[in-house]
Amino acid sequence: MAEKQLMKGNEALSEGAVRAGCRFFAGYPITPQNEVPEYMSWRLPQVGGAFIQSESEVAAINVIFGAAATGVRSMTSSSSPGISLKQEGISYCAGADLPFLIANVMRGGPGLGNIAGAQGDYFQSTRGGGHGDYRLYVMAPNSVQEMFDFPKKCYETAYQYRVPAMILADGTIGQMMEGVEINWPEIDPKTIAKPSWSLGINNGRERRMVGSYDLRDGMLEKMVLERVKRYKQIEEKEVLWEEKMTEDAEIVLVAYGISSRVALAACRIAREKGIKAGLLRPITLWPFPKKRIAELAPRVKNFLAVEMSLGQMVEDVRLAVNGATNVNLFAKPGGSPIFAEEVYQAIETIVKKGAKEYATVK
Amino acid sequence: MYQGIRISGFGGQGVISAGVLLAYTGILENKNVSFFPSYGAEMRGGTANCSVVIASDEVDTPIVSSPDTVIVLNEPSLAKFEPLVKPGGTLIVNTSLIKTEPSRKDIKVIKVPCNEIADKLGNAKVMNMVALGVFAKATGAVSIDSIAKALPKVYKKLKPEVIELNVKALQEGSKLA
Repeated sequence: MAEKQLMKGNEALSEGAVRAGCRFFAGYPITPQNEVPEYMSWRLPQVGGAFIQSESEVAAINVIFGAAATGVRSMTSSSSPGISLKQEGISYCAGADLPFLIANVMRGGPGLGNIAGAQGDYFQSTRGGGHGDYRLYVMAPNSVQEMFDFPKKCYETAYQYRVPAMILADGTIGQMMEGVEINWPEIDPKTIAKPSWSLGINNGRERRMVGSYDLRDGMLEKMVLERVKRYKQIEEKEVLWEEKMTEDAEIVLVAYGISSRVALAACRIAREKGIKAGLLRPITLWPFPKKRIAELAPRVKNFLAVEMSLGQMVEDVRLAVNGATNVNLFAKPGGSPIFAEEVYQAIETIVKKGAKEYATVK
Repeated sequence: MYQGIRISGFGGQGVISAGVLLAYTGILENKNVSFFPSYGAEMRGGTANCSVVIASDEVDTPIVSSPDTVIVLNEPSLAKFEPLVKPGGTLIVNTSLIKTEPSRKDIKVIKVPCNEIADKLGNAKVMNMVALGVFAKATGAVSIDSIAKALPKVYKKLKPEVIELNVKALQEGSKLA
């Protein structure tokens, strides 16, 4: 085993993307993701890639539209307010079936908010985000190692199904440093065949079109429904989650990203005190592991959603549970960190006091 | 084992450098580590702090709310971080810049004039290494040797004589723990 490297989340994300074949980046600075464009600005030229610091977020996403249309593995990144600015372009890319990677290193919101880690962009990320019927493939890393590993999976899924993929991290994971094992071979994009739809020099081949609109009668519906078939396949085949101590759990915590680590620590405290607590961590937020939650629901007395937002992911848990059991919420908005002791307090209140619908906003 | 650490001081005192070095040292000792900096409007002369965790098990949160050890390098940091130390924990105080007496009686307080010691060694910049030397000896969380091994790996551009000076500062610090 190679020695682990100490890497910052944002750097691991950037290096992971380059090793996964990313050769084009466009973005605009914003805390807490500034290390991503900084890293890409010197790293991409080393591998024959291109880096653009655009004049705005809106420009960046539209540049990405062009790059992605040529079939090159491309990436943009930002943090919450910057991702909001990119929504129109993301919708256009989704409508044009363009695969690329977008990273959101979330900060406190709404508005300009603050620069601390937060999870308030869950709805925006998992419901499309911009206008129209579309979805993004959304992965939520909970460690620096996963920041390094996930770009590869995002590109694979994005290209297979022709959808934009998002890595939804937060300021904590972006800024923290941990040991990273570089344990998969670097991908040379030259070894990957160009997609059949990609644009470029037309050497007498048939004309290709990439675009997000069709004004002919009924044609847009057809286009959207064709896309929905791919969404259904993603929901069938690409759901990822992780479970810890759920086999005998009377209460199952559901948490993603940095919150999932705190939730796991809270489960361990609960186990020491004789409460059978377990954790289900969605790794993909769309598609959400709703089937698995529905499976667990009849034998679990309580679910507890733990999130650094006002109660967004809890709605997906409730949809999955569909009334089969109690769904509780521990919510901490505004970019303040969650600590295991306070999550444990919520577990204790629910299990020992038998709260039916416990909701706390800390 | 689990050791949660907060290091705090002026921007420019090497608070962040010391934290990164400590985290890398943990990796060299095959432990799980995390490092988390304050990343607000910090600048030279302002205050900066970081959290470091060195543990044999998985690290849950990188933000250390009740540290086993706190290292404070300037006056404002004492007021902010002394109350956070875990009962029975350790507080390392840089008396070169901190004139206020720590008030807690339920923690171990180690007072070290880091700046003076660094000055005597010939370079004020190694004052953070003096503090790390105290930390390593007092807590046993990592060894001085491992920190010395980590130095050239983390700070690749350092000249051998500068590394040597840093190691001397670590050793001086460890004598005072």
